[in-house]
This record gives sequence, C-alpha cells and structure tokens, in this order.
Amino acid sequence: MNPSNYLYLSAVLFAIGALGVLVRRNAIVVFMCVELMLNACNLAFVSFSRVHGNLDGQVIAFFVMVVAASEVVVGLAIIMTIFRTRRSASVDEANLLKY
Amino acid sequence: MSTFSGALTHAADVAPAAVAASGLFSLTWLLIGFPLAGAAVLLLWGRRSDKWGHWLGVLASAASFVVAVVLFFGMLGQADDSRTVRQHLFDWIAVGTFNVPFDLRLDQLSITFVLLITGVGTLIHIYSVGYMSHDPERRKFFGYLNLFVASMLLLVLADNFLLLYVGWEGVGLASYLLIGFWFVKQSAAVASKKAFIVNRVGDLGLSLAVMLMFITFGSVTFDGVFAQAGSASESSLTWIGLALLLGACGKSAQFPLQSWLLDAMEGPTPVSALIHAATMVTAGVYLIVRSNAIFNAAPTAQTVVVIVGAITLLMGAIIGCAKDDIKKALAGSTMSQIGYMILAAGLGPVGYAFAIFHLVVHGFFKADMFLGAGSVMHAMNDQVGMRRFGTIRSWMIVTWITFGAGYLAILGIPPFAGFYSKDRIIEAAFSRGIVVGLVTVIGAGITAFYMTRLFVMTFHGKKRWTDDVHPHESPSIMVVPMAILAVLSALGGFLLAYNNAIFEWLAPVTGFEEPHLAISSLGMEGISLVVVIAGAALGWFLYDRRPVAEIAPAGNFLTRAARADLYGDAVNEAVFMRPGQYLTRSLVWVDQRVVDGAVNGVAATIGGLSGRARRMQTGFTRSYALSMLGGAALVVAALVLVRL
Amino acid sequence: MSAVSGLAVAAVSTVETSGNTGENLVFWVCAIISVVGALGMLFSRRAVHSALFIASTMMALAVLYVSLNAQFLGMTQIVVYTGAVMMLFLFVLMIVGVDTSDSLVETIKGQRLASVLFALAFAALLIAGIGAGLTHPAVGLDAVNAVDGGNVQGIAHLVFGRYLFAFEATSALLITAALGAMVLAHRERHTPRKGQQELSRDRVRSGSPQNLPGPGVYARHNAVGTPALLPDGTPTDRSVPEPLRGVSAAFTPNPQDSARVNALAAGLAAGAGTDEESQS
Repeated sequence: MNPSNYLYLSAVLFAIGALGVLVRRNAIVVFMCVELMLNACNLAFVSFSRVHGNLDGQVIAFFVMVVAASEVVVGLAIIMTIFRTRRSASVDEANLLKY
Repeated sequence: MSTFSGALTHAADVAPAAVAASGLFSLTWLLIGFPLAGAAVLLLWGRRSDKWGHWLGVLASAASFVVAVVLFFGMLGQADDSRTVRQHLFDWIAVGTFNVPFDLRLDQLSITFVLLITGVGTLIHIYSVGYMSHDPERRKFFGYLNLFVASMLLLVLADNFLLLYVGWEGVGLASYLLIGFWFVKQSAAVASKKAFIVNRVGDLGLSLAVMLMFITFGSVTFDGVFAQAGSASESSLTWIGLALLLGACGKSAQFPLQSWLLDAMEGPTPVSALIHAATMVTAGVYLIVRSNAIFNAAPTAQTVVVIVGAITLLMGAIIGCAKDDIKKALAGSTMSQIGYMILAAGLGPVGYAFAIFHLVVHGFFKADMFLGAGSVMHAMNDQVGMRRFGTIRSWMIVTWITFGAGYLAILGIPPFAGFYSKDRIIEAAFSRGIVVGLVTVIGAGITAFYMTRLFVMTFHGKKRWTDDVHPHESPSIMVVPMAILAVLSALGGFLLAYNNAIFEWLAPVTGFEEPHLAISSLGMEGISLVVVIAGAALGWFLYDRRPVAEIAPAGNFLTRAARADLYGDAVNEAVFMRPGQYLTRSLVWVDQRVVDGAVNGVAATIGGLSGRARRMQTGFTRSYALSMLGGAALVVAALVLVRL
Repeated sequence: MSAVSGLAVAAVSTVETSGNTGENLVFWVCAIISVVGALGMLFSRRAVHSALFIASTMMALAVLYVSLNAQFLGMTQIVVYTGAVMMLFLFVLMIVGVDTSDSLVETIKGQRLASVLFALAFAALLIAGIGAGLTHPAVGLDAVNAVDGGNVQGIAHLVFGRYLFAFEATSALLITAALGAMVLAHRERHTPRKGQQELSRDRVRSGSPQNLPGPGVYARHNAVGTPALLPDGTPTDRSVPEPLRGVSAAFTPNPQDSARVNALAAGLAAGAGTDEESQS
C-alpha cells in the first residue's frame, strides 16, 4: 500500500476541517471541525511513522490526543459559559473586540 | 613734566612676576566677598530685610572700600617689583592641559580700579539711600547694586581672561537688572533688553578672544598669555586684539555698539552714575589696557582702537549737543569721554596710563554730575527735559556748586581734574598724528559747548518750569556724596598727577612713555584751553543770552540726526532687526509648513492608512481564521515552491 | 535509533509491497467513510448530526490506524475520541440545546467563497507537496514493533523512556484542564435558591397557575409530539417539548372532536349555571 494515499486522505480531511471552521457559525460545530483537523494531523503522524519506520510519530499522535482531550474539556466549558451569558453559541455574535 | 625722562619707559611685558598673596594681601578675596555676601543676603533674605537692607548694602560696599584702602597702603609699603600679588582661591577648571585657577590678581592697575569702584560705589550707595527712599523695592535695588560691585571687582581682580569673563557677564547681568529696575515702564524694560542684547554682541567678541588665546597660547591666564605675546604671529595677535576690541566696544558703548547707552538712562539715576558713567562702561578700557602686551604687538589692532575711539568721541559729543534730556546729554558725554579713553588706550604705552588716569578722573566728575542731575530731577518731580528747567541755581545752590565742579572738570579748566587728564590725552594723540590730535581737540571744544548748554539750560537763564514743580535742595544724605565727588573732581586731577604719581604707579603694569611733541606741552595746553573756552562761550551765548524754547525747535539736519542718536538705532534696525525678522518669519514659515507639514503629513498618512487598515479588525473570529489559513497556505506554497 | 532505521531499511523490500489487497480494501473503505463523514459534518444543519458524522469519521480513522500498524493508537482513538470526546460534545449539545440548528446563510461578505478557495488551494498544495516530496517507499513498522515485542510495548518504551517528561507534563495538563473546566462551568449563585413556596408563587403570578394538560390529552394521538388541546378545543404548542415542535406531524383538529368538545363545554357551562341558581 502506497503510504502517500494515507497522506492525501489526511490532507483532504484537514482541508475539510479548515473549511468547516471557516464557514460554520455554531461554536460546537466549529470545535468539531478543529477536532477533525487534529485527527487529520494524527493520521499524517501515524503514516509518517510507518514511512520512516519508527514509533515516534505514534507517540506524538498520542500526545496530540491527550492535548486535544484537554482542549475539548476547557473549550466546551468556555462555550457553555458563553452560552449561559449570551444565550447563543454563534461565533459571530462574540464580535465586540473590534475596531 | 620735565622731571620725567625717557628712561622711565617701562615696557609692560617685562612686568614683575606676581608673588603669592600672604599676610595682609590674603584679604584680597574679601573685596569681592563683602558685596557678594551683601547681594546674597539682600536678594535671598527677601522682604524680611526691607527695613535695614539698604544700610547692609552700604555697609558691604563700604567694608569693601575699607579693605581696598588697607590693601592700597599695604601695597604702597611694598617694593615696586613685588606689588603684583596673586591670591589662589581654588582650582576652578582642570581639564587636561586646560587649567583655569580661580586666582585673584592685585596689582597697581587693579587696585586703582578697586579703589574707584568701591569708593565711588560707596558714595553712590549712600546717595541711593536718599534717592530711592520712596521706592518700595529699595532693598532689591541695593541687592543689585552690591551684585554689580561684586561682579565689577571680580572683573578687575581676575587673574585670567576666563574669570574676567565671569565678572564681565556678571556686570552685564547687574546692568540689565538695574536698567530694567522699573520694568513696569515699557521703555525701561525695552532699554534693559536692548542693553543686554547689544552687550551680548560684545561678549561674543570677548569669548572669541578667550578662545583664540587658548588656541594661540594654550593658556588664558594673564601671565601665560602676556609672556608669549611677543612670540605669536602678528596676524593672530591682531585677531585677538580685534576680538577684545569688540568686547570692549560692547561694554564701553563704543561705535558701533554704542546704541544701548543712551537708552540705559531709563534706569534710576544712581545706576546711571555708578554703572553707566563711572565704572562698568570703563571695563572696556580696562580690558584693552590690561591686554596691553597684545595690543603693543598688534599695531593694526591698535589703529582700529584709535579709530573706534575717535569716531565714538565725536559721535558722543554731537549727540550730547542735541539732547534735551539731561541724563541723555550726560550719557552722550560719557560716550564721548570713554571714546577719549579708548583712543588713548589705542595709542600704546604712550596712552595707557593717561587712559586710566582720565578714567579715574572721569569716574569722579561724571558720577558727580549724574548725582547732581539726579538731585535736580528729584527736585523737579523726576522731570528730565532741560527745556523745562532753568534758574534752578537759586533754589539748589549746593547742587549748583557740586555740579559746577564737575562741569569745570569735564571742560578741562585748570585746576580742575579734567584739565590734567584730558590734556595728556590730547598731547599723546598729537604725538601719534595730527588728525588724531585734531579730533581730540575738536572733541574737547564740542564737549565744552554741550556741557555749557546743559549747565546753563539747567541752572541759569529763565524759569521755564511746568506749573507743579517746587524745587528744593536734596537731603543731606544725597548732598554729602555729591560734595565729596565735587571735591575729588576739583582736586583729584591735580593730586593724582602731582609729580606724575599715578603714571609712575601704573607704569609697571601699563608701561609709560612721555609723548614727544613738536611744540611745547605748555603751548598745547594753551591751544586746547582756547578751543574749550571758545566752545563754552558759544554755548553760553546761545543758551544763556538768548531765550530757550520750551518746545524743541525742529532744528537742522544735523540736529535731527543727533537727536536720533546719529541714526544708530535706525541702522541697527535696517541692517540687523528687519532682516532678522524676515529670516525668523521665513524660518517660522518653513517650520510650520515644511517641517511640521512633513511630520504632520506622515502622521496623517499613517493615521489614515491605519483607519482603513483597522477595518480589517472586524471582530469576526472566522475572518481571522480565514487570514490565518491564507497565511498557512502561503507558507506551504513557499515551501513547495522551494522544494520544487 | 540508527540501528533501528538500518534494520528497517534492510527490511523494506521484504515487508512493503504495493499489492497488499487486504490493506488496500480497508483503506478505500475507511477513506470513503471518513471523507463522507467529514463532509456530512460540514453540511448538516444540526449540530447533533454533525457530531454523529464526525464520530463515524473517527471510527474510520481508528480502523486506518490499526491498518497502519498502530494498534495502540487505534484503540486509544476509539476510547478517547469516540468514547470520551464525542460524548462530551453530545452532552454539551444537550445542555446548550439540541434543537439549535444553524442557518446556513453566510453573513460575512465573501467569506464562504474565499474559504472554499483557500481550502481547495491548501489541499491542493498539500497534495502537491506530498506527491513531490514522498518518493521512496515506506519502511514499515513491523521491524520496529518487533523490537519490544509489539506495538504497545514499543510505544510504552518510548513514552516511559524518552518522552517521560513530556508524559508527566501532559498529566499536569490534564489535571489543569479538569480544574479549568470545573472553574469555568461553575456558576456562583447570586440569588437564594427558590423553594417550593417561591415556585408556587411564581406560578400563580405567571397567569397560568394550573399545569398544562399532559401531552396527548384530549387528542387523538397519545404521542409526545402531539400537542394538547386547550379547553376550547384549540391545540397548544406549549405542551410539546421544544425540540419536537414543528417536527411532529402537523395537528389538524378533528371536526368531530371539536363538536364533541364544544358540546361538553356547553353542558358544563349549563351545569355551572344551574349550580349557581340552585345555590342561590
């Protein structure tokens, strides 16, 4: 199996995730898109791990997962807090910090 | 005079070396210390010293005078070659090879000045107690007077040119403060500013001279400069001499920096007497005489000095003829008399001692006459216009007598003081050349004319008073100093010149040569006396025999020019002030339009661009994320392109 | 490390063959699932649907990890992502409101077009870069996994060996994240808690002190989504849970029902009137 296929898949998933971050307004969905981008990166790490024949890439992917989990916890808590005060989870409504 | 022989021709550059101050002479610093302390107390202690402040001022000046007298007699007791004393106070500036000690130098020349300054100064202090008795700011006035005396003493006692410069500036400051003492009057404020600014021009000359000396000789001390004066090139000496002359012109109101002196009469009359007649304006003469070693070696500079003196002599005299303001007429006379001194100082060793002699004598009679003028003004409700005076003699007989003594002294009527001093200068001038001699003689004739005019317009003739004046003799505290000065004006010349005492006294410092004349000195004296009497007679005829108009008549061209100070102000205005104004205006324009325009334009441009650019800050997270993705895409594109 | 890579390079020709049909099959199936899941997440209006789509993507990725000889990561992916993270998402969605559906109308001018262009460009660049950069065939992990006797052992060796400090740091990170979430989610109570008395007072003040009828009351369907009928026979939306409003079949009152209800109401009114009369 050609390893570049995995990397192509990873690139496609990453682009879809990025596009989702850019076009979706629901903060939770945006967050999911971020997770998708992280997963795409993980896939790339694991693929490169196989390409280069060592396990460091997998270990890094593992750490990415841990950090992503922490991020999700805190990020969702922030979204909850914002939702409580603003009654909205739209990322466009939190736009007070501007010119 | 025949006792004088050519053998007595000391050259100044073989002046005996200074000995360190010891014993009595270690008191030298007190000369400056007393008035300086007085000034400090009076100016810093504030209103608490209002009650006794003026007496403290008198005391400080008098104490300085007492010290001066003691030092003078101490110096008389010394041998001729050990009379130059140097007191080292502290090291002032020590930078590499540039060492300026704070040294005081007491020799025959400086003790002469010290005696004149403190003596006349003390008399004027006493006079001022009466003259300024109605002024609420009298204490401050005495503080300034003491400051002036201290600065002037520093000027004449300094042992190097830089320290002299400090005193020089201090004198200028005190003069500024005193001319503008009644600064609520617009004219006084303007006059003080004018005096200060014109003096700055002269100060520039002195500072240039000091710098040139340091470049040429590597030293600014008197000994260091004068010892090497012979070895320096003549051109550099000439430049130093001209720079010194510029300084002297500023302080002594010589052409072309004469314009401030007449306006300076806005100050209180004692100030005019002390500063603008007796002492400060003589600083230029002192400077030239003190620097005789330089001028002796720079004949070109000497010639310029003589020319400047001659021009000022005539200018002052002509201006004096046309002024109706008694103080301004006296100021013109001061200009003219200092012109004599400068001229004499420019003649070289043949004239230095005469210049100093005339300076001292002039200090007596001019202070006397200024105080007399102040007394008249005091009596006439502070009026100064002589056309509204007349017949005051009958009401103020003491003032008339004292003023008369000064009048006769300035005319040079024997045996009054001016006779001895002015005649010597005329003789010396003739020994230089016939033109210079003639200028001095004509000057003497004009002096006789305008002083007579002044004298008779004030004290004789018809009563032309304004309605509300009630003349009265001044209080004794004002009269006594006038009387002392009158006695000095009458007898001082004879006493000082008796047996050539003052010339021999000064000779170790200034050098001395007997003028060599084609005709005998007695004949010379006769000629000048005739000219003087002719001038006086003309004045008498025009202003005593004929009625004097209360309103000044239009006069001919010369009169109008003289009333306008021979257009000195007009020339200054046309040559310096107007172009300066245009220059500053154009600079302001450039600054506002070009410099500010550039600065503000850059700021406005950046501000405008930022105003546009901040619109990118929409507050929408997704927009930011988009630009981040764009940036990441660019980075990746760059990487890919590099790899490809 | 160099020994390991040397060993790996030596094993290239034997281990890696392009004609591994089993792996190809797994890859294509999972790739399609994951891309479809990702696109579904992108295009579904409802956040819950998005969450479910991305969960499928993550499952597919887990399978891909396993087929990439990363068995440990595959399991972790399932446990952490689909098990923990996605459940957390769903919880939050339930709290925030499961019914919130995005309007897909773009409000920022040009954002959508620019995003699509950038995303496509980015993907194209990445693919071009990968295609240009990755020339030699994969080394494979079999040799490395064999060193410690398996993938899990190999990763454990690294995590508790070379990456020990990073690992410990992540533990601190996790603790901090947990505390941070608690702090953020915690809400300080500024007003006293409402008891039974206050709640009943509020209810009386609100103007409808009685309970609403239960769903399906007076209705022909006893389903949750069926609105209750008010005493006058009109249906009330307020008896239906919010997420179900509008979703359930539009209720059209049966004319027979209304007539019956009206008759009942009339009878009640008459009864009430006679009651009043008898009482008086």
